[in-house]
Amino acid sequence: MNWQISYLGHVWSHLRKDLQLEWRSRDSINGMLFFALLVVVVFSLAFDPTAAMSREIAGGILWVALLFASITALNQAWTREQRNRVLEAQRMAPSPASALFLGKALANFLFVALVEVVLAPLFIVFYNLHALGQGWLLWVVMPLGTWALVCNGTFFAALGLRTRNRELLLPLILFPVSIPALLGMMEATTAILTGEFEPGQWIQLLIAYNIAFTTVCLLLFETALSAE
Amino acid sequence: MERPRTLGPIGIAWFCLTLAVIVYATRMALVVAPTDALQGNVFRILYYHVPHSMLSLIFPYVNLVGSLGFLYWRRRDPLKALAADAVAISAAEVTVVYASICLLTGMLWGKVEWGIWWTWDWRLTSMLVLWLLYVSYLMLRRLSSTGQTQTLAAVLSIFAGIDVPIVYMSIRWWRTQHPSPIFFSGDPDSKLDRTMLPAFLWNLAAWAMWGVFLLTLRYLLERRRQDNEQNAALKAIEDSLELTR
Repeated sequence: MNWQISYLGHVWSHLRKDLQLEWRSRDSINGMLFFALLVVVVFSLAFDPTAAMSREIAGGILWVALLFASITALNQAWTREQRNRVLEAQRMAPSPASALFLGKALANFLFVALVEVVLAPLFIVFYNLHALGQGWLLWVVMPLGTWALVCNGTFFAALGLRTRNRELLLPLILFPVSIPALLGMMEATTAILTGEFEPGQWIQLLIAYNIAFTTVCLLLFETALSAE
Repeated sequence: MERPRTLGPIGIAWFCLTLAVIVYATRMALVVAPTDALQGNVFRILYYHVPHSMLSLIFPYVNLVGSLGFLYWRRRDPLKALAADAVAISAAEVTVVYASICLLTGMLWGKVEWGIWWTWDWRLTSMLVLWLLYVSYLMLRRLSSTGQTQTLAAVLSIFAGIDVPIVYMSIRWWRTQHPSPIFFSGDPDSKLDRTMLPAFLWNLAAWAMWGVFLLTLRYLLERRRQDNEQNAALKAIEDSLELTR
C-alpha cells in the first residue's frame, strides 16, 4: 500500500510541476489553440461544407486538427526538461521513471483537453453542427481519443529527444502507430454526429488500444529514457 | 572479431538452390499451372503476389524477436545484443521489400480485375499500414543518433508488433472488398483448385528461401558494419592513448 501512495505522490508532483510551468508561460496551450483554430478555418474554407456534409466530415477534421495541434505541443513537452540538464537529474532520481512519464502524459492530456473545451463551441459554430446520434457519448469518445494520441505522443517525443530532426521524427513515428486509434475516434465521432451507425465497437477499440499502449508505455519508458 | 562475415559454402549452395527453386516455381506458375476459369492468365500473378503477402506478415515477427532479444541482452551480453539487433534491422528491411512487392503486384492485378489501381479495402489498407509502420521504423533508425539507435528502434518495434493485430481488427471492421482468402476462409467458392496447389506451394517455398537468403545477406552486411564501427572506435582510443604518451 505504501509504495502505491508514494508512486502516486511522484506522479502528482511531476504533474503539478508541469501544470505550474505551463500556467506561468502558457506557451503550448496558446500555440495549440491558435494552430487548431487555423486548421479548422482552413478546412472549412477548403471544403465549404453544407450542414449535412459537415456532419460527415467534421469528425475527421476535428481529430486531424487536434492531432496536428498536439504534435506542436508534444514536441515541446520534453524540451523543458532538457534545459539545465533537468532530465539527467530525473534519470538519476530514485523515483520510478514511469511516474515521470505518467505525470507528463497527464499534463499533456489536460492541455489538449483544455484546447478541446475551447475549440468545441467554435467548431459547432463554424460547421453548423448538432449531433443526430447520442451526443453525450462524445464525453466518452473525446477523452479516450485524446489519451490515445497523447500517451503514445508523449512516449515518442521522449524517444526522439536526442535525435537529429526531433520535430520531424515525432509525426513520422507517431502517425503510423496511431492509425487504428485515429480510425476509431474519427469513426466514433462521425457515428455520433450523423447517427447513422453505432459507435459502440469503435469505443471498444479505443479502450483496447488505450489499455494496450498505456501498459507498454509504462513498461518501456525506463528503457527509452536511459537509451545509450 | 576476426570471424569472416561472408556467406561461406553453405550460403552459396543455398543461393544456388534458391535460384533453381525460383526458376522451377516460375515455370510452374507461368506454364504448368492451368489457366484460371474466370480470370484467365492474369491469375498467374497471384502465384507471385500471395507468397509475398504471406511472407511479409512473417518477417515482422522476426524483427520483433530480434528486438526483444536486443532488449534482453542489452545489459547482460552486449555482443549477443548486437547480433539480435542485426537480425531486427535485416528483418525490417526484408519486410518493407516484401510488403512493397505485395502492394505493387496487387495493384497490377487490381487494375486488370477491378479496373482500379487502388481501393481502401481492409486487406489493402492494413498491408499499407504495415508498410508504413516498418518504413517509420527504418526512418527512426536513420534519424536517431548513434549509440541509442538500437534501443529506440527495438522499443518502436514492440509498438509496431502490438499495433499490427489492432490494425487488422480495426480496418477489417471498416472496409471489405478484397476477394476472400484462398486458404482457411471456409468459403467453398474461393477455394484454390487442386491442380493449382503445386505451383502455389513451389512459389511459396521459392520466395521463402529467397527471403531467408536476403535476410542472411543483410545480417552479415550489418555485422560487418558493426565490426567496422567497433574497430574504428578502438583505433580512435589507441590513437588518443599514443598522443598522450
